[in-house]
Amino acid sequence: MKFTLSWLKDHLDTSASLDEIVETLTRIGLEVEGVEDKAKALAPYKVAYVISAVQHPNADRLRVCMVDTGEGDPIQVVCGAPNARTGMKSVFAPPGTYIPGKNITLGVGTIRGVESKGMLCSGSELGISDDHDGIIDLPEDAPVGQPYAAYAGLDDPVIEINLTPNRPDCTSIHGIARDLAAAGLGTLKGDAVAPVQGRGACPVSVTIEDEKLCPAFALRLVRGVKNGPSPEWMQRRLLAIGLRPINALVDITNYVTFDRGRPLHVFDFKKVKGNLTVRRAKEGEEVLALDTRTYKLDPSIVVIADDNGVESIGGIMGGEHSGSDETTTDVLIESALWDPLNIAQTGRKLGIITDARYRFERGVDPAFTVPGLDLATQMVVDLCGGEPTEAVIAGKVPEDKRVIEFPWSEVPRLSGLDVPPAEAEATLKKLGFSVQGSGERVSVTPPSWRPDVEGKADLVEEVVRIAGLDRIEPKPLPRLEDAVAKPILTLIQKRTRLARRALAVRGLVEAVTWSFIAKDEAELFGGGDGRLALANPIASELSDMRPSLLPGLLKAAQRNADRGFGDVALFEVGQTFASDEPEGQSIKAAAVRRGMARAEGVGRHWDGGAQSVDAFDAKADVLALLAALGIPSGGLQIVAGGPAWFHPGRSGTLQFGPKNVVGAFGEVHPKVLKALDLKGPLVAFELNLNALPPPKAKPTKMKPKLTLPDFQPLTRDFAFVVGRDVAAGDIVKAAQGAERGLIVGVDVFDVYEGAGIDPDKKSVAIAVTLQPTEKTLTDVEIEAVSAKIVGEVSKKTGAVLRG
Amino acid sequence: MTDLNQLERDLLSQVDAAGDEAALEAVRVSALGKKGSVSELLKTLGAMTPEERKERGPLINGLRDKVQGAILAKKETLAEAALEARLSAERIDVTLPVPEAPESRGRIHPISQVIEELTAIFADMGFSVAEGPDIETDYLNFTALNFPEGHPAREMHDTFFLAPDEKGERKVLRTHTSPVQIRTMTSQKPPIRVIIPGRTYRHDSDQTHTPMFHQVEGLVIDRQANIAHMKWILEEFCKAFFEVDQVKMRFRPSFFPFTEPSAEVDIQCSRKGGEIRFGEGTDWLEILGCGMVHPNVLRNCGLDPDEVQGFAWGMGIDRIAMLKYGMPDLRPFFEADVRWLNHYGFRPLDIPSLVSGLTS
Repeated sequence: MKFTLSWLKDHLDTSASLDEIVETLTRIGLEVEGVEDKAKALAPYKVAYVISAVQHPNADRLRVCMVDTGEGDPIQVVCGAPNARTGMKSVFAPPGTYIPGKNITLGVGTIRGVESKGMLCSGSELGISDDHDGIIDLPEDAPVGQPYAAYAGLDDPVIEINLTPNRPDCTSIHGIARDLAAAGLGTLKGDAVAPVQGRGACPVSVTIEDEKLCPAFALRLVRGVKNGPSPEWMQRRLLAIGLRPINALVDITNYVTFDRGRPLHVFDFKKVKGNLTVRRAKEGEEVLALDTRTYKLDPSIVVIADDNGVESIGGIMGGEHSGSDETTTDVLIESALWDPLNIAQTGRKLGIITDARYRFERGVDPAFTVPGLDLATQMVVDLCGGEPTEAVIAGKVPEDKRVIEFPWSEVPRLSGLDVPPAEAEATLKKLGFSVQGSGERVSVTPPSWRPDVEGKADLVEEVVRIAGLDRIEPKPLPRLEDAVAKPILTLIQKRTRLARRALAVRGLVEAVTWSFIAKDEAELFGGGDGRLALANPIASELSDMRPSLLPGLLKAAQRNADRGFGDVALFEVGQTFASDEPEGQSIKAAAVRRGMARAEGVGRHWDGGAQSVDAFDAKADVLALLAALGIPSGGLQIVAGGPAWFHPGRSGTLQFGPKNVVGAFGEVHPKVLKALDLKGPLVAFELNLNALPPPKAKPTKMKPKLTLPDFQPLTRDFAFVVGRDVAAGDIVKAAQGAERGLIVGVDVFDVYEGAGIDPDKKSVAIAVTLQPTEKTLTDVEIEAVSAKIVGEVSKKTGAVLRG
Repeated sequence: MTDLNQLERDLLSQVDAAGDEAALEAVRVSALGKKGSVSELLKTLGAMTPEERKERGPLINGLRDKVQGAILAKKETLAEAALEARLSAERIDVTLPVPEAPESRGRIHPISQVIEELTAIFADMGFSVAEGPDIETDYLNFTALNFPEGHPAREMHDTFFLAPDEKGERKVLRTHTSPVQIRTMTSQKPPIRVIIPGRTYRHDSDQTHTPMFHQVEGLVIDRQANIAHMKWILEEFCKAFFEVDQVKMRFRPSFFPFTEPSAEVDIQCSRKGGEIRFGEGTDWLEILGCGMVHPNVLRNCGLDPDEVQGFAWGMGIDRIAMLKYGMPDLRPFFEADVRWLNHYGFRPLDIPSLVSGLTS
């Protein structure tokens, strides 16, 4: 919402400065977005007289001018404008002036050997027009020495406020003035509009088909007007707030729209055929609107129609056919009320943004429907002449039944500020509320222009915003309990945080990638359910809620590689979506490693070969994460193979039993690499934090008792030859089971395939640690355990001890 | 006698001359070995008369001790020399690099870090952390929060919609974290003190907007919480979060459908040299929106606005991260460029706490 200072002062009798006004507007909730004060910006520019303009001695296209600036001796200026001539009046800027159109600050210069002590300016140099063909050519009577801005009427500061949608009353300058007056910045002027005494009935009648969509419609004819350009003062104000003057009749409607927040429409009576009907548009109807575009209408849209058809889109934009122009002599002025919801929907549907829609969808003052018509009529008569008829009013202005029972104690209860009731009452009254009764509890009736006020809290806001929120002193919020604070994080919140730290400690860098990914990516990773597709994605590659964190991370890794950072290790801990229900959302942790980004070290190293990442790097990451989260590894199973996006032979699934899969790791499937245009090596893991078992509840924080054996542990090595597809894990498990009390550790320390071993076999060497607890083992006992281990491993895996 | 003296001189000079442990061992064998010269002399003691033994014994034993001592001393010298020689041969180039430690390579994203920072602050003030789903019903995202159907305020939110279901209802990506206010108020009884950090979505993309961003809300509901308390909470938070002793805040009346009265809050700062400093300067920076929970919202949660009251506020996590840590643009937050993450991210063990400070 834009307005000028002088326009505001039509409604507000005030001695406040511009700065005070701006500061107050923001303080009471009408946030000032910007102030354009051309008088200030253009202060150095003055009207000047060109005493002489002669050819520059050294340049064909330059002239040397002697300029009378109204003070002191004439000043010599070198000017390149083709229209510079002796005897003209123009605009002069002295050295030191900032030239907005050129973004320079003027200095004293010597141009081709001739000194120049200032500049004669074009409109574009002043930043006030696009005219750069020559310097500004002012009429002969322009007073030399006067500031140009004042002379040209550009000295009216323009204020723009960022209006919140609850304040339709401040889509009017009158409403803004009312708020300022309530805030103590002056007195509100010109509230009442004198009714217009028309002569004769309006020859056009109005029928409203649905009074819910259009509760009231007032119309009047003014005969014998002379339409033409509106007066200069009006044009200047409209231009200042960014409106293009059209003709007096249209300009008056625009003027009243801003002056009073009352949108109007004018029809050229001669182009209207028959009577007007306010009705829903018919399917397939079209209208050529004033913006010269044709809109297709449907029954959700309310139109004003005559015997020709649709003449106007109700409350939004008039039609081109019946619009007024210079030839209009008889004009129909419309002031109607429209249903805000319907206007908003229609505006959205048609994509039309107008000052009328802006106001009607927020709520125009219903009580001002007829006064608005009278005000516009009077202005038409004043500016264009003519004789008005009586108004015809269809429907009726709805009755306002709002009364709020208001205890003054509500103000301190909600705000913490003890505003004296007398002050609160005065504020409400200045804002147009009526206050009935006295004492602690009163009845408050909101004014018709405040549809946003519906209850006590709204009244508290009115009182407090005018009193000033800065009057409320901060007050400590007491603790709920006088006790040491209890832990507040839930299990999943704790695990989410811990997961981030645990993964970062492994050299992984945390990324935050989009929650939505492309449909084909979602499909590749087990998603793509239509219920998780956005109806209005911002881009086709951000269309579906992600089933997995991996597509985002893999693509991010590739983007980094494309920038020359191929060895990247990224992780994310965040939400994924299996359905559109809250239960379908789960927190996952995932990481990708690319190239040579291994936990132990990135890239090539002088102490070892260049080692690319492999599935075991991803396995190490996920196991480290599980350990950091304190998940007991006892029940965890690692099963060969993983989901379809992993290499089938180089991936594993993590599960606590076949029905409780919690994650997977491995090398990314070559088909996925190809589909996503990725280059490997790329390994990854993903773990569902929501699926992990909770810690066991324990009555105390005591750790289990520590028993340290008195005897040294000993280790025996075994090398087995087994089939190539036997899992090392099975060998380890078999060895562990051979003598449960005694065997405390089994490590695989060598895996060998090649010369000396059958091609379909491999050698797996394990080190078994025995921990005696009762006594030192004799050789015979050790032999017995060894035999058991060999026997058990052979039985379970078909292994033979390597000879 | 002379032969003993001679022998001693010979042996000691041989010990002295031994160049390595082998030579020294040869000397030892020749003197003290089974058939060594000194051993042979010792053997003669047995055949001597007591008088002779009394005289010769100490001499021969003395010779043995001297030689033995010399050998031991020489042995130590040789060992020392050998170690010296070994050490001077064993040299590494200590300037060769070791792999950079994973702890120094890893990074925590600024958003995660800032969420931990503000959680630490609000936990101290007695708040817990509430969360809710990103995919919300239209009711919880809008209607329950007093956004009337079709109201222009809904348009301010540029909503992402999902496809309508069988009943024609279409879910939305939450446009703010406020639906969790409703979830909290309908699932627990006052007094309520929660913060609600999370991802939010709006159909908006330009220099300063991304279609996904992060918000944190706060909600306090009890029988007395008012704007004065809200001002205190927000000022204390800003001081603690920006780690300054003073902040100046400006509360401007504003409008949100779910609060009444509502305000936007600016924080005073200076921007000297492109660096934002709080607690000084003359510029105002908008930082959050807040207000008393709207009576309609309380009613929608089954609470009586004449019985309970409270306030709520919301701010952009990404935005306060930018203000505190100086990232100039929002978009790179979600681009996963490791150069950006390395620069603006936090070390894995920089864990914010009020005990040791939010930042190191």
